[in-house]
Amino acid sequence: MIRGICIILLFYFLGEMASYFMNGFIPGSVCGMVLLFAALMMRIVRPEHVKHVSHILTQNMALFFIPAGVGIMANFGIVAENWVALTVIAVGTTILVLLSVGISMQILDKHIK
Amino acid sequence: MREIYTSTPAMLLLVIGSYFIGTLIYRRVKSSLFHPVVIGLVLVIAVLMLLHIDYETFHRGSAFIDFLLGPSVVALGYLLYEQMEHLRGHETAVFLATLIGGCIGVTSVILLGWWFGMDEQIISSLQPKSVTIPIAISLSKNSGGIPALTTVVVFFCGVLGSIIGPWLLNKCRVNNPIARGLALGSASHGLGTARAIELGAIEGAISGLAIGLTGIATSLLIPFFEWLLR
Repeated sequence: MIRGICIILLFYFLGEMASYFMNGFIPGSVCGMVLLFAALMMRIVRPEHVKHVSHILTQNMALFFIPAGVGIMANFGIVAENWVALTVIAVGTTILVLLSVGISMQILDKHIK
Repeated sequence: MREIYTSTPAMLLLVIGSYFIGTLIYRRVKSSLFHPVVIGLVLVIAVLMLLHIDYETFHRGSAFIDFLLGPSVVALGYLLYEQMEHLRGHETAVFLATLIGGCIGVTSVILLGWWFGMDEQIISSLQPKSVTIPIAISLSKNSGGIPALTTVVVFFCGVLGSIIGPWLLNKCRVNNPIARGLALGSASHGLGTARAIELGAIEGAISGLAIGLTGIATSLLIPFFEWLLR
């Protein structure tokens, strides 16, 4: 458990470092994710060492969104002023992305093997 | 007295307790409208308003949970590795579909934003709206957006996609589990993945993969379309 936490934090730190040298072009957590994935594929990290901690973290991801979501309190002014446009854009583009990815994947998957 | 109920243990208990109550209600009702996040969010905001605690104070107290978003993104790297077998043979299709979704996502926000006559600052805040929150916040900052507004909109898109996503995909006869997982993760990040995990193991795995791929694709596409369209 402790070893798993250390490995995850180590890759988060390495990711932040990589991000720093790229001038923040890709955020640290994403770099960390890619690095951890690469390390697992190249057998540098043994999967059973990070399995438990990774499952705990990813299965409870929705909880970690709550503090950020409460931010709506502090930004009520901007939301109230633009709520029609914000709602149309958020709803419209979410449906667009959802269906374009879903449908294109379903079609591509049939033809590219 | 005030220091006690605005302390870190109190704020952590408020967030985790509200989320826990949310999971209990969700388990009984089984309706997406009562998603643990929706209930958790409403409970937290209600308590904060009742006790006159401002967002800054809350944010300081709940910083630990906020921090865990980072490690959970890193941990997705493991989820990706674990479920790689489901991707085998579909690599090109997944890569292309993610790229198509990323392009449509970023350009549709810019074009609709112009059509509504929105400030550049607000458009910049909306561009990463399909990306997981910690990534979206960094991208918003990079392109001159308001990170807090990004958080709210990204969160809303996540809740929306996780609620209407499976229904919408059924309506459009998207029944390939890989396509369903990829769509949910691409449109609704962590919240879409939380929903996709409930649909099945393949959906969950591919959705987790989509968060990372969409994050990377959007990180590269935002600077590109800013250069192309402005």
